[in-house]
Amino acid sequence: MHNFTITELIDGLKKRVFSSEEITQHFLARIKNLDSEFNSVITLTEDQALESAKLADQLLAEGSASELCGVPVLHKDIFCTQGVRTSCGSKMLDNFVPPYDATVIENFRNNGAVMLGKTNMDEFAMGSSNETSFYGPVKNPWSTDSVPGGSSGGSAAAIAARLAPGATATDTGGSIRQPAALCGITGLKPTYGRVSRWGMIAFASSLDQGGPMARTAEDCALLLNCMASYDDKDSTCIDRPVPNYSVNLGDSLKGLRIGIPKEYFSEGLNAGTEQAVRDSLAEYEKLGAELVDISLPNTGLSVPAYYVIAPAEASANLSRFDGVRYGHRCEDPKDLEDLYRRTRAEGFGDEVQRRILIGTYCLSAGYYDAYYGKAQQVRQLIRQDFTQAFEKVDLIMGPTCPSPAFKFGAKGNDPVAMYLEDIYTISTNLAGLPGMSLPCGMVDNKPVGLQIIGNYFDEARMLNAAHQFQQVTDWHQLAPAGIES
Amino acid sequence: MNWETVIGLEVHVQLATKTKIFSAASTAFGAAPNTQACEIDLAMPGTLPVVNKQAIDYAVMFGLAIDAEIGKTSVFERKNYFYPDLPKGYQTTQLEKPIVGPGIVEIQLGNGDTKSIRIHHAHLEEDAGKSLHEGNFRSGVSGIDLNRAGTPLIEIVSEPDMRNAEDAVAFAKKLHSIVTSLGICDGEMSQGSMRFDVNISVRPQGETKLGTRTETKNLNSFKFMEDAIHLEVARQIDLLEDGGEIIQETRLYNGDTKVARSMRSKEEANDYRYFPCPDLLPVVISDEHVEKLRKNLPELPDARQQRFMDEYDLSQYDANVLSADASMGSYFEQATKHSGNAKLTANWVAGELSARLNAETISLDQSPVTAEQLAGLIIRIADNTISGKMAKQVFEGIWNGEGDADQIIEKRGLKQVSDSGALEAMVDEVLANNQAMVDDYMNTDPDKRKKKLGGFMGQIMKASKGQANPQQVSQILAQKLAKML
Repeated sequence: MHNFTITELIDGLKKRVFSSEEITQHFLARIKNLDSEFNSVITLTEDQALESAKLADQLLAEGSASELCGVPVLHKDIFCTQGVRTSCGSKMLDNFVPPYDATVIENFRNNGAVMLGKTNMDEFAMGSSNETSFYGPVKNPWSTDSVPGGSSGGSAAAIAARLAPGATATDTGGSIRQPAALCGITGLKPTYGRVSRWGMIAFASSLDQGGPMARTAEDCALLLNCMASYDDKDSTCIDRPVPNYSVNLGDSLKGLRIGIPKEYFSEGLNAGTEQAVRDSLAEYEKLGAELVDISLPNTGLSVPAYYVIAPAEASANLSRFDGVRYGHRCEDPKDLEDLYRRTRAEGFGDEVQRRILIGTYCLSAGYYDAYYGKAQQVRQLIRQDFTQAFEKVDLIMGPTCPSPAFKFGAKGNDPVAMYLEDIYTISTNLAGLPGMSLPCGMVDNKPVGLQIIGNYFDEARMLNAAHQFQQVTDWHQLAPAGIES
Repeated sequence: MNWETVIGLEVHVQLATKTKIFSAASTAFGAAPNTQACEIDLAMPGTLPVVNKQAIDYAVMFGLAIDAEIGKTSVFERKNYFYPDLPKGYQTTQLEKPIVGPGIVEIQLGNGDTKSIRIHHAHLEEDAGKSLHEGNFRSGVSGIDLNRAGTPLIEIVSEPDMRNAEDAVAFAKKLHSIVTSLGICDGEMSQGSMRFDVNISVRPQGETKLGTRTETKNLNSFKFMEDAIHLEVARQIDLLEDGGEIIQETRLYNGDTKVARSMRSKEEANDYRYFPCPDLLPVVISDEHVEKLRKNLPELPDARQQRFMDEYDLSQYDANVLSADASMGSYFEQATKHSGNAKLTANWVAGELSARLNAETISLDQSPVTAEQLAGLIIRIADNTISGKMAKQVFEGIWNGEGDADQIIEKRGLKQVSDSGALEAMVDEVLANNQAMVDDYMNTDPDKRKKKLGGFMGQIMKASKGQANPQQVSQILAQKLAKML
């Protein structure tokens, strides 16, 4: 049952082959039995899940069910859930129970989806390995001594281990695509402004974007149909009709122009990863697409620019965690300064503190122009790179990350090596473009991700391209050893 | 040495919107602590600001009223600092691109001169909450009330164009008059609706370079501001004349103890690390919208003053006093419509009524004496039914809710005796019964006799139980005494 895709589950639910309660029970049991090994789910909402499953079954019986009615999903613990602890992977919010739902959560609720629980993540979404979580690292189901990627590592690992058929995630610099690649699943980061950020705990507001994760592009389309909405509670959300992402999945790729940026195949790219990606591009040619060599000359500047802008925004976004109104507060503060110092020193982990310090420094008097000002200029250049590229091509493809999943601790002491993990994903966030990752090969028994970058609001075309690839390949159907398929 | 004082003002004006600048919580004053703070005002994780369009319109209206450039694209920025009554750890404000650019405010001085004060800019921002420290709260702890957090403000920043306390007070009063006339602020100083920060420096007469300035913050009455300026100017001059040096610092003035103290020096000042708020888009205002607001601007104080001079033949002084406050202006017009006597009505509105309202610190809107009731009183003064002195008693009666002027006059038997026969008899009787006073009058040097008349008047008014028409009595008395010589 856990091998069914969301598409298949919906079909089975509609045909009454099984009830939502049955599949919900099944996934809850899997999480309880298997997740001690992966640590991907940090809050299980069993009672709530069964209650919503029963309600979904009623609606299904009445024939008044929405698209995702009765489908069990997991939510990244960055999305606020009313009445359910929302920790953002941090000690700071270990005791935080929001009195409101994120818009994304509300959308799933209104659509009848069943929330199984909340997934583990890098603390405040700051990390590429899930090692920074207060709740301990998530293990990659393909190789439990390796990282699942981050920051949405919990969502990605849970789907790979068939603990849920789909999950929500967020992406600030690659946090959907990189773990999707490392865990062998499909994930999509939409255009900035497509999915509401209301109730999604902010890391870097101008880069953060929620998106779906599932095993297939077809399932991601179903989830995005539900997640994407215009929301007047988020000023940066764009008021534009949400298309049905499922309708064009079957379109032919004949004549599709795919740009291959030379900067994505340079030094630092694992040879096996490169081979897998090149083989996939050959598949696309077979499907009728045309490959076009392009250049995104400012790619190399994206990591340094990102590591100024994201920490700068984060340094302000995380100022609200001061021990005054909610969240962690140190014991017996002797004065106000002591309250701030100890609360934040105790509540935040090392990586979060590092980024707050970097961001604070970059915005300081005398440094602002050299860092933040320059980084904003670089951001413009990167946006121009893409604008020019999309004059010649319809989609851009390349590797999602430089190499397959690395071992725990391998990059823990070298933040810059860790930051380079996102070298191919970061520039789309800086430009606000949509990006996705889908499984395209295996290296040393570990999955490799193919990245697809689209023009603004071109998610339907990306999903179409991914779906067509998945019709002729079976990388997305592979399951980690031990996960019976 | 002769010293010249240089003053610039920063004025915080609370905008009279129903809801806060970035949330839907109420801005009403006086609610129980923390009952008007929603999840956005509390800076709960994942919440996002949405700008209040009414606040934008109000700021533009102020800009139009002072003939300023309107910022077609204005940008909200984050001003970062930690304080318990600042929930986000930053204040959302404007810096580089404010909504209102340079403008001019004309002020009138006591000697009738006018002066132009240049406005550097005005920007929109959110108010902080209130900290209640020991003495105002429980002992040993501080309390925080976030009802005020997020109340929209415009901060109006003047150029250093004022030269003494009189200029500064006239400027502050003029701003009060403008914002209340526009209806964008309730003008309730005691509730903090307008607060002044005064930048003060002194320099030797003739010097063109500015001296080192200090900033006295958060003055919330014209009187406190005037006193604080006198005190600070004297302190600076004393210090310089004793060979000392002014330290650039922020000072606090306590209006109750009339003592000012240093709060922090420039060295201790925060580095606010301003940067554009990524949660809010730049505010773009179309020319069309600006023109619509311009067309619908209510009558401004200067225009109203001129109209009062033209239409009601009031002196410049009276017209200025009555036009300063929109509600006072309309009260005056309403009362005059009924009384038909503009001059007398002006005297009563600006005099007795204002004094009484001030003494009881209630606003004109809550005046127990309606414009119609005051007009009724004025009609009886004008037709000589009652004397000025009686009028004060009648006013008191109306104030206390005893009824209209005619009812009170009737009930208290306050009719003035204007019958000349009766008055002559009264005068004769008093003269006959006070031979000593008459002799004294006759023996007095003719130039100084006038001073003696008061004694006779007192006796006559007493004999008439206060009901004699004093003007008539005084005429009759003068005639009788002249005849006796």
